[in-house]
Amino acid sequence: MKILVVDDEADVQPLFVQRFRKEIRNGEFEFSFALSGEEALQYLEHAHSEVVLILSDINMPGMTGIELLSRIRHAYEKPPPVVMMITAYGDDENRSQAMQNGANDFLTKPLDFTLLKEKLKTFTE
Amino acid sequence: MDIFYFLASFLLVRRMQKALKFSILFPKWQRLISLATWGIIVLYIGVVASLEDYARDIIGSAILLGLIYYINKQRDFESQRAYLVANIPLIVMGVINAAVAFILPDFYDKYKTFFGWATVVAFAWIFGKWAASRKQEEELRISTERRAELEALVKERTTELSKQKDELQETVKELKSTQNQLIQSEKMASLGELTAGIAHEIQNPLNFVNNFSEVSMELLEEMVEELEKGDTEEAKAIAEDVKHNLEKIRHHGQRADGIVKGMLQHSRASSGQKEPTDINALADEYLRLAYHGLRAKDKSFNAELLTHYDTTLTKVNMVPQDVGRVMLNLFTNAFYAVHQKQKTAGPEYKPTVELTTSSGKKSVVIKVKDNGMGIPDAIKDKIMQPFFTTKPTGEGTGLGLSLSYDIVVKAHSGSIDINTREGEFTEFTVTIPI
Repeated sequence: MKILVVDDEADVQPLFVQRFRKEIRNGEFEFSFALSGEEALQYLEHAHSEVVLILSDINMPGMTGIELLSRIRHAYEKPPPVVMMITAYGDDENRSQAMQNGANDFLTKPLDFTLLKEKLKTFTE
Repeated sequence: MDIFYFLASFLLVRRMQKALKFSILFPKWQRLISLATWGIIVLYIGVVASLEDYARDIIGSAILLGLIYYINKQRDFESQRAYLVANIPLIVMGVINAAVAFILPDFYDKYKTFFGWATVVAFAWIFGKWAASRKQEEELRISTERRAELEALVKERTTELSKQKDELQETVKELKSTQNQLIQSEKMASLGELTAGIAHEIQNPLNFVNNFSEVSMELLEEMVEELEKGDTEEAKAIAEDVKHNLEKIRHHGQRADGIVKGMLQHSRASSGQKEPTDINALADEYLRLAYHGLRAKDKSFNAELLTHYDTTLTKVNMVPQDVGRVMLNLFTNAFYAVHQKQKTAGPEYKPTVELTTSSGKKSVVIKVKDNGMGIPDAIKDKIMQPFFTTKPTGEGTGLGLSLSYDIVVKAHSGSIDINTREGEFTEFTVTIPI
């Protein structure tokens, strides 16, 4: 399963790679990383049919996660990728805004990787 | 003609009585005045009955002179002295009449009419002088009254002004104290702006510290497994990863530490101590803090941040928390401007804030440019004034730029320049000499 992770913090990459090393090793997941909404869209332009899941931070300079979410929903409707928002701001307003724009799920930082793994399992089944 | 001297004396005495009539001194002189009045009448009759023309003249003049002399000596009649002097011509005429009549009777007889008229004139002179004196007295009285009135007015006015001055001084004191309060609250507000940004900023590094620690623990368990399996190559690879993780933990720990230190510095009252400061790091830190601070308050807020740092810049002597406050202010203003524009601009509009550092002539130059609403010419000169703000009440103290101006220009001998076009962009250029 191809997963795109969008976050302006570069260290997110080694973190994910290490946390999911087993899954990466046995081919369950394949991760790509984008440092901004614009980069993510550029990547999706040619890879959208492969990417099944997108994990995106909300607070990023330039295009926010919400904006990226809404663009993805408009541009890629068939099939719609699963999009989960990750953010430090875990308040209701953020959550409802994310859901309104079509997010499948909403996770708060610090990421609970165990929980994330469980959620991902439901999508692979 | 002799009657004139006695008449003058009589009138003089009556004059004195009149002057004293309402005075407390009256009882003292009353008797003497009555006596004098009757005395003169009696003397006249006696003189007329017993003496010749010229003798009568001289006696009459003598009496008048004596009277004048006596009154003049009395302090109680000091105010009436003007009236006494008026009688002198008559006395002189009396003496002349008597002398000429006695020494040159023929001459006297020849010009009797002339002498007569001269005496009449001398007599009349008394009244003229009296009238003039009365007028003078009246004028003096009026002017004294008026002066008293004016003095009373002046005193009243002075008291009023004194009171007003005291009130104004009180007001000035109050205003100064209020101004200090507002400056303090502006500092608190800028501190508050930072708090949300800082909290967010700290959370990221802390997350990494936690996550990399956890992952490293998992990795070490795996490593033990691999070692037990005998796969030392894999174990070494894992060890490498753990090493990198610890490096990251250190890096993010230091990041958080730096942010907290920065926050403490900002809240601490500025010591005014200049120290060599990396302007790029300072500007970058405050840019991100300002951005996150605003995002925390308003989630719809969003802007593109462009940074161009001149890496050749050396450290510059400055008070970091003060210059940081200036940066914070410029960034906050820039974000506000683009946010305002975004409310009315179309979807094509990309709010952008650009930060550029460069070196100038013996100075370091920091430019903050935004593509927001711009500043109209009409208010361009006012924006640095204390308490001037275009924000609605309660949203801004209007002190940010004026405090920034104080910090840059007064404390660092630098300058703040503004380049703007209404509706399009604004660029603030801060120059700090090295």
